[in-house]
Amino acid sequence: MSNLAVLPIIIPLISAVILIFFNQKVKVSRALSKLFSLISLGTSSYITWYVFTNGTIILETGDWLAPYGIILVMDGLAAILVLTTNIIAVACAFYAPNAGLEKRETFYFYPFFFFLITGVSGAFITGDLFNLFVFFEVLLMASYGLIVLGGGKVQLRESLKYLLINLFSSMLFVTAVAFLYAVVGTVNMAQIAQRVQEVEQQGILTTIGILLFFVFATKAALFPLYYWLPKSYIVPNPVISALFGALLTKVGIYSILRVFTLIFVHKTDMTHEMFIWIAGLSMIFGVIGALSTSNIKLIIAYNIIPAIGFIILGIGLLNQDGISGSIYYLINDMIIKSVLFLLVGVIAYVAGTSDLRKMGGLIHYYPFLGWLLFVSALVLAGLPPFSGFIGKLLLLKGAFEQGEIAIVIIGLITSLLILYSVVKIFINGFWGDKETMAELPKKSTKGLLAPVVGLLALSVILGVGAEFFYPHIESIATYLLDPEIYIDSVLKE
Amino acid sequence: MEIITSILAGVLFATAIYNILQKQLLRIVIGTALLSHGAHILILTMGRLKTGQPPILTEGISDYTDPLPQALILTSIVISFGVTSLLLVLAYRTTKENNTDNMEQLRGNENE
Repeated sequence: MSNLAVLPIIIPLISAVILIFFNQKVKVSRALSKLFSLISLGTSSYITWYVFTNGTIILETGDWLAPYGIILVMDGLAAILVLTTNIIAVACAFYAPNAGLEKRETFYFYPFFFFLITGVSGAFITGDLFNLFVFFEVLLMASYGLIVLGGGKVQLRESLKYLLINLFSSMLFVTAVAFLYAVVGTVNMAQIAQRVQEVEQQGILTTIGILLFFVFATKAALFPLYYWLPKSYIVPNPVISALFGALLTKVGIYSILRVFTLIFVHKTDMTHEMFIWIAGLSMIFGVIGALSTSNIKLIIAYNIIPAIGFIILGIGLLNQDGISGSIYYLINDMIIKSVLFLLVGVIAYVAGTSDLRKMGGLIHYYPFLGWLLFVSALVLAGLPPFSGFIGKLLLLKGAFEQGEIAIVIIGLITSLLILYSVVKIFINGFWGDKETMAELPKKSTKGLLAPVVGLLALSVILGVGAEFFYPHIESIATYLLDPEIYIDSVLKE
Repeated sequence: MEIITSILAGVLFATAIYNILQKQLLRIVIGTALLSHGAHILILTMGRLKTGQPPILTEGISDYTDPLPQALILTSIVISFGVTSLLLVLAYRTTKENNTDNMEQLRGNENE
């Protein structure tokens, strides 16, 4: 059954290749992409069930034994993240035909979409540091293709910056892998972890760890490396923004979570202490960015940064509650960010502008849309009983246990400001005079809201049904906190 | 030999960073190409440079060349070729659309 681990990579890859052939036939492409994303979701659901009942799946590709061959490790963390990715992929596949992509759909939108899913799933599953780099490149290549679709003046300009910053950090990634290879003589993550443990992470190893952190922090948009994110994420179509906001930065933060719970865990006073400060600064600067603008897309894009801050806080704490909180918040944030990007896309579409100062009174025409936005604002800010609350509660509890009172206060204030920044869209856009938007033609939101409602419902279930989900998350956290389990399961000693 | 290639990688990195920090778009593209060359030479150096040894470890052979860095470089070269060609096309299109190749003018203003 170990071949199961490769399916989340293979299925989107084959789907993408098939969709290239139907590029000009938009209707066929749409139907096929919906079908393929559902197949992929079904498979990953089964894999998640299998992993949680039978334990980690390890695939040694081509029967080359670990640590010599490339291995794929489908453990609990990888399984739930792949499942979440596929859920978002389904929602986006159903949203895309109505998203106003128009001609862009025939410019290989669907193949790029599935290549992106391939890269993201691969990055979650792989057990090899160099392979992680390769899957990063797969998903980045697809994202370069997606971000330039349409090719307006502004879009090209921002895509160029996005490409340059990612190219630079990828090359640093290769350099860091080269250094690590010179020191420990392997690129297999389990064996690196084992060898780093043997020498207790002495000397240059911590430096290499921080170099790797720098690379992943650039991809994850942490303070002070987030400057490239907000403007480049708002230029493409909303469905593409939703994919980027939900998946790309999360792959970066997943890599930090993996590397700094498995490999570099022996000098926590140098690395993990620093994460807590970076978490606090990311929260503050991200939320200031969100408050500073009246462009609704930019508000949501800036809100990615404090969310990443919350997740890195748990990694910095490196205790049971912190890691569980990080995982819970990671899943919650993947879902809610795609909801918000899609919703803001609908609002910008019906209002004809993304500038808040030109909006008002939309609730008279689109009441359902307004209340959806309001509920998702509550989820994002982490009000009970929604899923954001569970994650934040665990994170702040973990911070209290470590005696990090300052970060708890920063976290709480940030949550309040996040709520304000999104409710601002509701207040300025939806309240107010009915007349402001009276001249606008009433547009149909048919087909746009169903995927959003689905994702939002899932987010509410994650919060209300925490009793059911939490034990699984907790078991993953216990698993991550003991690197021995990972090492033993891969190297079979 | 390792020392010399390490210095070469360092020089490549330094020139790459210098070029990336320029305002002209083409210089930035050249800078990224140099950066990838520097990274590749670094990988090669990190696997120890040996000549004349087989890349296979069997019984009776104590001295062998490590084949892994070459495999890593090959993968990385292919990727950086792909990205560089995409970057060139993107830079060309951006220059055409925006009528400038100066990064200062490609900054964009807040209210658009």
